[in-house]
Amino acid sequence: MTTQHSQAIHVRGLAKSYKELQVLRGVDFDVARGSIFALLGSNGAGKTTVVKILSTLLKADAGTARINGMDVATQAADVRESISLTGQFAAVDEILSGRENLVLVARLRHLRNPGKIADDLLERFSLTDAGARKVSTYSGGMRRRLDIAMSLIGDPPVIFLDEPTTGLDPQARIEVWQAVKELADQGTTVLLTTQYLDEAEQLADRIAILHEGRIIVDGTLAELKRMLPPAKVEYVEKQPTLEDVFLALVGTKA
Amino acid sequence: MSKHFFADTGVLLGRSLRHIARSPDTIITTAIMPIAMMLMFVYVFGGAIKTGSDSYVNYLLPGILLITIASGIAYTAYRLFMDMKGGIFERFQSMPTARSAVLWAHVLTSLVANLISLVVVVLVALLMGFRSSAGVPAWLAVAGILVLFTLALTWIAVIPGLSAKTMEGASAFSYPLIFLPFLSSAFVPTDTMPGPVRVFAENQPVTSIVNAIRALFTEQPVGTDIWIALAWCVGILVVAYVLAMNTYRRRIS
Repeated sequence: MTTQHSQAIHVRGLAKSYKELQVLRGVDFDVARGSIFALLGSNGAGKTTVVKILSTLLKADAGTARINGMDVATQAADVRESISLTGQFAAVDEILSGRENLVLVARLRHLRNPGKIADDLLERFSLTDAGARKVSTYSGGMRRRLDIAMSLIGDPPVIFLDEPTTGLDPQARIEVWQAVKELADQGTTVLLTTQYLDEAEQLADRIAILHEGRIIVDGTLAELKRMLPPAKVEYVEKQPTLEDVFLALVGTKA
Repeated sequence: MSKHFFADTGVLLGRSLRHIARSPDTIITTAIMPIAMMLMFVYVFGGAIKTGSDSYVNYLLPGILLITIASGIAYTAYRLFMDMKGGIFERFQSMPTARSAVLWAHVLTSLVANLISLVVVVLVALLMGFRSSAGVPAWLAVAGILVLFTLALTWIAVIPGLSAKTMEGASAFSYPLIFLPFLSSAFVPTDTMPGPVRVFAENQPVTSIVNAIRALFTEQPVGTDIWIALAWCVGILVVAYVLAMNTYRRRIS
């Protein structure tokens, strides 16, 4: 029990099928409080299904999942108090302004001073100037930043980010990475799903690979690297990657 | 029911009403088709239609009001569909917010938007010569029937709004509802219709609702029509509500 409670997320034997299709066949993992955990997998591996079950949007067929010791199936309302979901597509209201979006979420979380909360977050995510504009005029990166800002309202201790950088340009990707790192620095537990290996490498304290409905590997980056034969030392002239070139030319490295 | 249900519904209703205020075209498009029909029937066909009433616009308005509602609820399905597709529905459902508040906010928004459209249509009808000697109680009774009818159709609209795969699919269900008044006493008296059509027309919900509203406007006795009309509205409301909640539970478990 003590180990269970020190974990922010505790998942055992999670199974889920859609009709004939078995998406999850017994998923087990734990996420330590205040760490960043990356769930890595190709498209259709079931990453989103895991996130939906953990965020009380979907019921598992079997297995248990606990967030801060609370069961997602039987204590869903309590779980919702301590989580926040940033879905695969920026779930923002296009017709409202950025500030109105933040105020809306603050009100729905029944917080005092929604206006101040909104202004602080706009500032923190460098959206103050765009705050009064309709979200439909935002770029993809701004939209994602607003989306993440909306997820932080009420300081939920556990945050789910489902493919937070899919479809973003390299600069916006770096902005999102920075936001995620800051979160973890402040003690928030982050579970993120991604299909980008470098993203997991950049951000995560622990990485799990979801494949054919099961976690096939779960460990730190160093542990994962040790699973392969030791690295050979070779001397190669380091060419700039296209990303380096792009960022150098565009010139605003965050 | 969560302790925050009313507060949350209020917040979300404010959000949807802001949507409408920022795109008033949804109100205009809702009202424009019934107004165009009213113009066409009154000024083109009206002279040739014998209704036994001296003013065709007076005869026509109740049916036009129902068509207004039927076209207005397509936007309810559309707004709900957009929330589902954009992921904001899931965001709300994963927050410590009363879950059903999201649906109720859409339902109340539908009511407000349709009432505005109805007022616009009635104002145009007044310009076209619609007159009623009905007093305040009769107008209130008409408003009550229209609110009930709007709620019934809105809960029907929630079903495709939650389950449609495409935007067209979300609003296509409203076409038969818009067409239904043509097979009723809304445009012409039913007694000239051939047997089977007449049987259908006289026993479908629109006819009793139209007849009840018409009687209220002209201060005639409403007879049994109003009870049949209310029974239809409440019946449709209950069945649609149960089906909509089932669909909702299947989408969000």
